[in-house]
Amino acid sequence: MEFHSPTSFAEASALAAKATGITRFLAGGTDVLVQLRSDLVTPDTLIDIKKIDGVGKITCNADGSWTLGVAVTGAEMSEHPELGRDWPGLVEAMDLIGSTQVQGRATLAGNLCNGSPAADSVPAMVAAGVTMTVTGEDGTREVAVEDIPTGPGKTSLAKGEVVSAVNIPARGDNGGDAYLRFIPRTEMDIAVVGVGVNLRLDGDTITEARVSLGAVAPTVLLVDACAEAIIGSTLDDAALDALAAAASAACNPIDDKRGTITFRTEVAGVLAKRAAKIAYARAKGEDL
Amino acid sequence: MALDDRKSEFTFVGTRPDRPDGLDKVTGRAKFGADMSAPGMLHGAILRSPHAHARIVKIDTSKAEEHKDVKAIVTRADFADVPFKPGLEGEFWNVLENVMAGDKALYDGHAVAAVAATSALAARDALKLIEVEYDVLPHVTDVDKAMAADAPVIREGAADYSVPQGMHPNVVRYHESGHGDVEAGFAEADLVIEDSFVTEATHQGYIEPHACLGALGSDGKGELWCCTQGHWIVQKTCAALLGIETSQLRVTASEIGGGFGGKTTVFIEPVALALSRKANRPVKIVMSRSEVFRATGPTASASMDVKIGMKKDGTITAAQGIFRLQGGAFPGAPGDMTAMCAFAPYDLTNVRQVGYDVMSNRPKQAAYRAPGAPMGAFAVESVLDELCNQLDLDPVDVRLKNAAQEGTKASYGPRYERIGLVETLEAAKAHPHYSAPLEPGQGRGISCGFWFNHGGETSVSLALSEDGSAQVMVGTPDIGGSRASMALMAAEVLGIPYENIRVTIADTASLGYNDVSHGSRVTYASGLATIKAAKHAVEKLCERAAAKWGIPVDAVKWQDGCAVPSGPNAGDFDPMPLADITADMGRTGGPISGHFEATPEGAGVSFGTHIVDAEVDPETGKTSITRYTVIQDAGKAIHPTYVEGQFQGGAAQGIGWALNEEYIYGDDGRLQNSIFLDYRIPVASDLPMIDTVIVEVPNPGHPFGVRGVGETGIVPPLAAIANAVSNAAGVRMKQLPMSPPRILAALKANG
Ligand SMILES: Cc1cc2nc3c(=O)[nH]c(=O)nc-3n(C[C@H](O)[C@H](O)[C@H](O)COP(=O)(O)OP(=O)(O)OC[C@H]3O[C@@H](n4cnc5c(N)ncnc54)[C@H](O)[C@@H]3O)c2cc1C
Repeated sequence: MEFHSPTSFAEASALAAKATGITRFLAGGTDVLVQLRSDLVTPDTLIDIKKIDGVGKITCNADGSWTLGVAVTGAEMSEHPELGRDWPGLVEAMDLIGSTQVQGRATLAGNLCNGSPAADSVPAMVAAGVTMTVTGEDGTREVAVEDIPTGPGKTSLAKGEVVSAVNIPARGDNGGDAYLRFIPRTEMDIAVVGVGVNLRLDGDTITEARVSLGAVAPTVLLVDACAEAIIGSTLDDAALDALAAAASAACNPIDDKRGTITFRTEVAGVLAKRAAKIAYARAKGEDL
Repeated sequence: MALDDRKSEFTFVGTRPDRPDGLDKVTGRAKFGADMSAPGMLHGAILRSPHAHARIVKIDTSKAEEHKDVKAIVTRADFADVPFKPGLEGEFWNVLENVMAGDKALYDGHAVAAVAATSALAARDALKLIEVEYDVLPHVTDVDKAMAADAPVIREGAADYSVPQGMHPNVVRYHESGHGDVEAGFAEADLVIEDSFVTEATHQGYIEPHACLGALGSDGKGELWCCTQGHWIVQKTCAALLGIETSQLRVTASEIGGGFGGKTTVFIEPVALALSRKANRPVKIVMSRSEVFRATGPTASASMDVKIGMKKDGTITAAQGIFRLQGGAFPGAPGDMTAMCAFAPYDLTNVRQVGYDVMSNRPKQAAYRAPGAPMGAFAVESVLDELCNQLDLDPVDVRLKNAAQEGTKASYGPRYERIGLVETLEAAKAHPHYSAPLEPGQGRGISCGFWFNHGGETSVSLALSEDGSAQVMVGTPDIGGSRASMALMAAEVLGIPYENIRVTIADTASLGYNDVSHGSRVTYASGLATIKAAKHAVEKLCERAAAKWGIPVDAVKWQDGCAVPSGPNAGDFDPMPLADITADMGRTGGPISGHFEATPEGAGVSFGTHIVDAEVDPETGKTSITRYTVIQDAGKAIHPTYVEGQFQGGAAQGIGWALNEEYIYGDDGRLQNSIFLDYRIPVASDLPMIDTVIVEVPNPGHPFGVRGVGETGIVPPLAAIANAVSNAAGVRMKQLPMSPPRILAALKANG
């Protein structure tokens, strides 16, 4: 196995482009090293991206948007004094990952690029409208989070491409987000269903919404029908029922050791309602 | 056994000092199975079958042998020729076949070969170079399917004499017992409920994976360090499997990170020794978690039919249960235990129980606290709860009405001596938990539970030091704070402080045979032996004092750590403290020790009653346990904190078993969830504070009244939780675990 510690994304990209066999980037390593130790994936090339300048920074830009370095950990996001005020749902989603030890390592880009359909931060990022800056041999491009996963363990990133920054939109006024997952226990578990909701109000009425589902299809879903079910409403019971129905209808899950098709489909609707209520309350300024 | 020296007033017993192994454990100094190494040590790794059932056509190890770091490879041919016998008679053969496959791989994870290499990584890499040709056979992993006529036969001839004619060869042991006439009893009932229940296999879930370090020379002399609940059984079994003399193998037990019954046999130990014998170097093997799940004993899974008749006043008129247990590809599933324990809490005129031991393509089941009893209690106590609901009777009152007492003829045969079931039920009724109001969406469940408890072969030595301190050598690995309990009991007899006593788990070379730390026997049997060994030493102390005073020995008695004249006529001497006697013992007759060995028979059966509140989310089927109270008869709690720990541990493991833990097999017969991510034991935040009440109805078979407490605590939880969940959800849950998908499906089916 070859191990590299490049000092720029251009160098990281070049190393990945010319590598043969299995290549992995090493962010927190909470997926990569676990898979390595359990003989699931033994990379031929491992490229540590934590030596690159700026990868540990959380920056609030002049327009209120945020730029996060790709090595920023869950713990750093939770401990940041402002980020969680803007995007409580996103920060909570990241905070659900693993234990204190895992939180000290795990990153958003790692969670996304590992390609698990059950990744917790991903539906929250999709709902928030997060994009990734991707650096390749031909320069950089900006890609919406929902366009990166293509199937379990697969992404749309080309050979030699590395995520070089995480871009979170400005929160703006009267907005709120929330993420809920279903697990059979209370922590240290993997999502059987995950739902991210992000919305904006004008008075009591929802004017914008993005609803995203995790663990109910081969990739994260951005479900327009869910957004349509609540836009224009005050999140009354009828809107909530329509939201639940749309969420359940969007599911395309599998039966496995973690949950059944029927269960996931049903619970996606339940969680969509619950997450929407939290996002709505937050948009109203309630501190939840 | 009659006891003429019973005691009920105590100085040290019943106090709660720190455990002697506490500092080592919290500072990381304690040495567990994987913490030992030796000069020149090699690392072993085991190749495991990916198939549930397959004939092993050929094992080609030639490429692995060429690996530069590989020093030895073993297969079944490197073990002794152990005779095959049916049922449990051929247990050495069964264990050998499990430790290293013979002609067939019998389950996913079954060991087929092993390698020793200079590093753990090299050993793992070398496994990939071993080529095994399999002829895959049809498999079966479900107990009911394994008994069906068309089930693949795991092994012809494995059934013992108990199995009736005409049963499938996978049924290997059969038990039937009871008394009275159940049909007549059902006819007298106002309500009869008959239902079927299913439980999945669960793993003991000890945090420490199996680990050992073995060295065996060509002279047949060996040393073995391992994490085990009983090193004498390890010694005996390894010797048999390797064809060496038992006494030539010295086994030392490490500190143990949990066992719960699962470390009462061997898995990797004979393999390490076989590799060592071949490589002529010490070999260490440490299992991964996935190996622990795939290849060490989970408990049995069960399919059960229970029928109980009751009168309107709550009197049980008849009870019948059929219990089918699957225990993997070997005899041993405790269907007999399930059957015998199922109705044991009740005084029944008419009762009949049947237990089946069934083989399937799963790992060899191992004991798990009160093996077999929790499943039976789940089925029986669920039916009782349903009878109470339908007849509108209080579940504690009904159990009190039917409760077994001293003199009751047990469902499994004998008459009970003094027992404490009624006391636990009365304590339950009086406990504030039982009358606390429930929130909407919550339900309450109660259940009783029974376990036999065990005595077993036991040998303890005690030696006094010149300075008046004492060392106690016991042979039962400390799996629950027993060193503290032994020291308290020795302190009580010797009359010296707890802190002045050091208790050691002696190796196999230092004591005679000691049975495994199982059957809740340690505080009972090793405790009894410690008391007797201490008394033996006290006799000698009195002799020395008598000699010093020049009076007859029967004119001296032992009181508060001193020899004193037995009465005014014996003479007027100041009390002579223990340390004054030991100070010059070398000159007054030599070292002073005490010893005791026996197979004590008075373990004293044990009962408990649990109260559980559960809340079910009707939209997701997710359960949370909101309140839990364990009430159990301990006879006499030597160290109450560790008794409470056993109670709480039983509840915690029961919560896991009831709600989320299960072995999940795919259609291919492979285990789907061999890591803690998908094998869901409870995490700390899943558990409520678990309240405990220690009932003390002294066991007449122990000098201080001890009854074992290690196992009974896991018997009631499955049923108590199922009753709470069923009452919260408004639908009877008959299958464990009651995972959210199952509860949600039951809620939907119920409308
Ligand atoms: C005990 C435990 C509990 C866990 N619990 C959860 C949980 O509850 N929810 C959950 O969603 N996950 C969970 N995980 C999984 C894991 O922690 C997360 O997926 C985490 O976010 C991964 O981030 P990382 O930085 O450690 O990624 P790494 O392991 O470093 O990388 C993961 C993958 O992403 C790729 N990658 C990393 N950075 C980049 C980049 N900049 N550009 C391109 N590709 C990149 C790597 O090549 C690799 O394929 C858990 C893991 C453990 C060990």
